[in-house]
Amino acid sequence: MKIAILGMGAVGRGILEMVDGKDLGLTVTGLADSKSALMDKDGIHIEEVLSAKQERGYCGDKSLSATDIVERADYDLLIEVTPTDAKTGEPATGFIKKAIGRGKHVVTSNKGPIALHYAELQSQARKHRVAVRYEATVGGAIPVMHTLQHGLAGNRVIAIFGILNGTCNFILTRMAAEGLTYDQALLEAREMGYAEADPTYDVKGIDAAIKLVILSNTIWKRNVKLNDVEITGIDMLTTDALRLAEEQHCTIRLIAEAVPERGILRVAPRVLPKNHPLVVNGSLNAITIETDMAGEITLIGKGAGSRETASAIIGDVLFIRDAHARGH
Amino acid sequence: MKLEMKDTPGQLVAALKPISDVGGNIIAVIHQREEKTDGDVLAVQIVLELQEQRLGELLSLIKGQGVNVVRIGKERLLYKQTVIMIGHIMHTDLGDTVDRIDCTGYAEVTELTMVMPAISEPSSARLVIRAVNKEDMEQALGILRGVAKEKNLLIIEPLEEIG
Repeated sequence: MKIAILGMGAVGRGILEMVDGKDLGLTVTGLADSKSALMDKDGIHIEEVLSAKQERGYCGDKSLSATDIVERADYDLLIEVTPTDAKTGEPATGFIKKAIGRGKHVVTSNKGPIALHYAELQSQARKHRVAVRYEATVGGAIPVMHTLQHGLAGNRVIAIFGILNGTCNFILTRMAAEGLTYDQALLEAREMGYAEADPTYDVKGIDAAIKLVILSNTIWKRNVKLNDVEITGIDMLTTDALRLAEEQHCTIRLIAEAVPERGILRVAPRVLPKNHPLVVNGSLNAITIETDMAGEITLIGKGAGSRETASAIIGDVLFIRDAHARGH
Repeated sequence: MKLEMKDTPGQLVAALKPISDVGGNIIAVIHQREEKTDGDVLAVQIVLELQEQRLGELLSLIKGQGVNVVRIGKERLLYKQTVIMIGHIMHTDLGDTVDRIDCTGYAEVTELTMVMPAISEPSSARLVIRAVNKEDMEQALGILRGVAKEKNLLIIEPLEEIG
């Protein structure tokens, strides 16, 4: 299968390395970063491109752009892994729509387009008989979308609860374990590369809320928006609060919760017993799905990282190849 | 409650049936054969959840079955949850915050542990709230949520009941 990749950050590079190193039957025919692009219908030499990117800071021809790849390259499936713009979803949404319009499948890790335009993208994809998959947008390597759509097919999902932001979970874990203040733990998260220079999206609970919107729309198709989520972050938490919880064998975690029957759609720090299945440590993510037949299912895994996100992306790509594109 | 009944087949069932008839929930039935008083009387302890106003009805139904109620021990607020609160808890009238829960009649703050660092720093407190049942607890937490909003306090609610 021929794939084009937009974005050469940690995720894009992770995908290229895996496609190059593993025998997956995938050929990269188009590639773009923020400054340049290249295409080759017979397959791009991945090692050369990766070292070129490292040496000079861009991957290909500066007269070409991501738009040229989307519109002109010869590919079956577009992997869209450019940075998330949670407010506009652009330019990623534009790329995705163009690819769908050309009858190409799309796999993305980009939360913006899926959180903002889920219903529209899905209906456009149906019209053009292609698939849009986005496993990597929620829970990193955890195959939550596959579990929901295939493994739990036929179940009625009653509720979901999740730890969807690894940065917050790392901070809370360190505050509880070492008695660090919020500021100290945040600083440590930055030094470890878990937190961005501007951690607002993470610590205010917005990132977790965007992921909750994506999960909710995937499950219940009610077209909820970020504004519908009641959000409280972790930036006001004190070390004392964690210690008070600890004294009762409990701890505090940032929990994203959706229970449509009870009108609950919120992200907030919550007290829960330390032996609760959702209490995971460090930057891990965890998601509990409550269903009518299967009961409760909890998935735990790495919520971020270049190889981990590549795992989710490649899982989607190979699923599409096997389900839709066989015989093409 | 502790019951005495004839040690004949069907008696225990006869004593238990009224409990579900009045909407009660049986938590445990403890059959104490060693405590036999007279030869043919059996002592049984039953732990159950029941709306308080239906207790009288239950007692007369049980008596109607020929079963003697020896003792009733009541623990009214069976449902317990822990909430953590952060902010200027003391200076936003802690007494009033607790009162708003206590005055409901169906829920009470039964424990309060508070840590106050430097004067300008936010305090942290752990409140144990007890309520008659899950619905009342939801109501109480709703009240507390409102109070927290009004007083600019952060409340951290439990994800589910903590025993």
